[in-house]
Amino acid sequence: MDAFTTHTGTAVPLRRSNVDTDQIIPAVWLKQVSRTGFERGLFAAWREDPSFVLNDASYSGASVLVSGPDFGTGSSREHAVWALQQYGFRVVIAARFGDIFRNNSTKMGLLPVVLPDAQVEALQDAVEADPGLEVTVDLERREVRWAGESVAFEIDDYTRWRLMEGLDDIGLTLRHADDITTYENGRQPWLPTTV
Amino acid sequence: MGRTLAEKVWEQHVVRRADGEPDLLYIDLHLIHEVTSPQAFDGLRLAGRPVRRPDLTIATEDHNVPTVLGPISDPVSKTQVETLRKNAAEFGLRLHPMGDAGQGVVHIIGPQFGLTQPGMTIVCGDSHTSTHGAFGGIAFGIGTSEVEHVLATQTLPAYRPRTMAIEVSGELPVGVTAKDLILAIIAKIGTGGGQGYIVEYRGEAVRKLSMEGRMTVCNMSIEAGARAGLIAPDETTFAYLEGRPHAPSGEAWDQAVAYWKTLKTDDDAVFDKVVEIDASTLTPYVTWGTNPGQGLPLGASVPTPESFADPVARSAAERALDYMGLTAGTPLRDIEVDTVFVGSCTNGRIEDLRSAAEILRGRRVKTRTLIVPGSMLVKLQAEQEGLHEVFKAAGAEWREAGCSMCLGMNPDTLQPGERSASTSNRNFEGRQGKGGRTHLVSPQVAAATAVTGRLTAPADL
Ligand code: SF4
Repeated sequence: MDAFTTHTGTAVPLRRSNVDTDQIIPAVWLKQVSRTGFERGLFAAWREDPSFVLNDASYSGASVLVSGPDFGTGSSREHAVWALQQYGFRVVIAARFGDIFRNNSTKMGLLPVVLPDAQVEALQDAVEADPGLEVTVDLERREVRWAGESVAFEIDDYTRWRLMEGLDDIGLTLRHADDITTYENGRQPWLPTTV
Repeated sequence: MGRTLAEKVWEQHVVRRADGEPDLLYIDLHLIHEVTSPQAFDGLRLAGRPVRRPDLTIATEDHNVPTVLGPISDPVSKTQVETLRKNAAEFGLRLHPMGDAGQGVVHIIGPQFGLTQPGMTIVCGDSHTSTHGAFGGIAFGIGTSEVEHVLATQTLPAYRPRTMAIEVSGELPVGVTAKDLILAIIAKIGTGGGQGYIVEYRGEAVRKLSMEGRMTVCNMSIEAGARAGLIAPDETTFAYLEGRPHAPSGEAWDQAVAYWKTLKTDDDAVFDKVVEIDASTLTPYVTWGTNPGQGLPLGASVPTPESFADPVARSAAERALDYMGLTAGTPLRDIEVDTVFVGSCTNGRIEDLRSAAEILRGRRVKTRTLIVPGSMLVKLQAEQEGLHEVFKAAGAEWREAGCSMCLGMNPDTLQPGERSASTSNRNFEGRQGKGGRTHLVSPQVAAATAVTGRLTAPADL
């Protein structure tokens, strides 16, 4: 995972709520067994509409997605995160996220930033007024900044630290392999096995 | 102060707890399918890590499989299924491939083998893992990175969600099912209402549900935004489990039941949030929009966007009506459908098929109707009961087990603009095939709709 400390880039407003992961990447794209090439499937159905915001050339190269509430609900497919990252997004800002999507994002180094509805809308307005607007997402200071505005966001210390260090969870857990073995030795004897 | 059921199960599984860190949680059962696992196995190979507990892992093929006999014709789907076979062989995992008597949708086979038991932690790279909470454990969906984590360590780092009680008082009226109850709950609390919570479904109406009904309710917890939903185990749970292949037996059974009986929320426990709903007021529910929260009683009409005070809900309704090709004010009963689908991990169990068959017995369907058992065992049982003859006589298609039309990954899909009444769990845009329009319903409403070609409750027939 790439470390994330601070990121500055342009943004694209997605004025929709309940952007479920079936929209972010439709199921036909999930048949791949590799981890690459998912950018082509990002919002595949919506991108067929020429008026869809990602088709607007003024937002090309944007790396911050500013969405309506309940982004990433539904299916657990991590492919949604891969698609966003491979398309070039480093940050998604929304008032609420689906829990699994949010978890998946932080495993991969895509930063989900929760801002209040009013701030999300203010940022969407600002970006629409000036698509070249630079937005800075500062994980170290837990702040989003644009055009003289500065808005704080919350993220727990542990996830922040892991993102800033770019640490792999499995490696961290395996440091506690002894604890796992101790726990395993005390499990209830009737618990099922699949063999 | 007492503890809730979710807190008890969680505490029982904490391997390690440290200040400022998520708990490290032990996972009792890991379910695998072909779609969300290939990249996880690649990760293991790359790091040279084995699967820590193959004996707590089970795999099946479900999302990509065709539901008619014969090989997979789509080469990409075929590769994905073959990749799972290769990985299962390489890492020594039990796999139920297509055609195997134990194959089926991942959330149907766990309970049916008796692998899903009270008090367990269960995960799968699939959001409907919440289904297994019906037995009184904590079960939730995870992403592929977490699948790799569980394969490598049999644990997951996680923060304990807050707790929510959904208290369902009263009794469900005749003709109103578990599916109607959960659709009504989601319509009430919204698709984000459960975010950050484990939901415990409680109350008289929940206690009276069969295990199948409880699984239907817990299955759709994720549609209300909750990663997990659970129901305290009771005699209904124990009766369902007794004698299943992986359930304890003899002395172990007695020990297990004694423990399972402690798995309930203490009287003085406090939930972070409580939602109340009166089951006796419910009628059959259907969705009209493109998220599962956009549902109404079948007797209602398509709402006008202006009826939503919240501007976000209003614009979502506008978009949904446009996508669904519906006009505000149309009675839901007047909506004509092209296809009816009975199946999925929400409503593909034997009880669901029985209730659909009861309605179709002696009648003819007017629409294309797919009846897809959730597993090969459900299929076998249905055939032993003669249900397949009822379906075929009515003109419905009787299929092999799989996810089928629940999602557009296998040959069973809607064409653009086609409309379905579906017993599955998601009415998202394009979920059942690009441009397809989905109305979520119970198996009973699905069967009655097949008969008339319009959204219909059995009582209307
Ligand atoms: S039946 Fe549908 S919801 Fe259930 S596992 Fe299959 S695709 Fe997912």
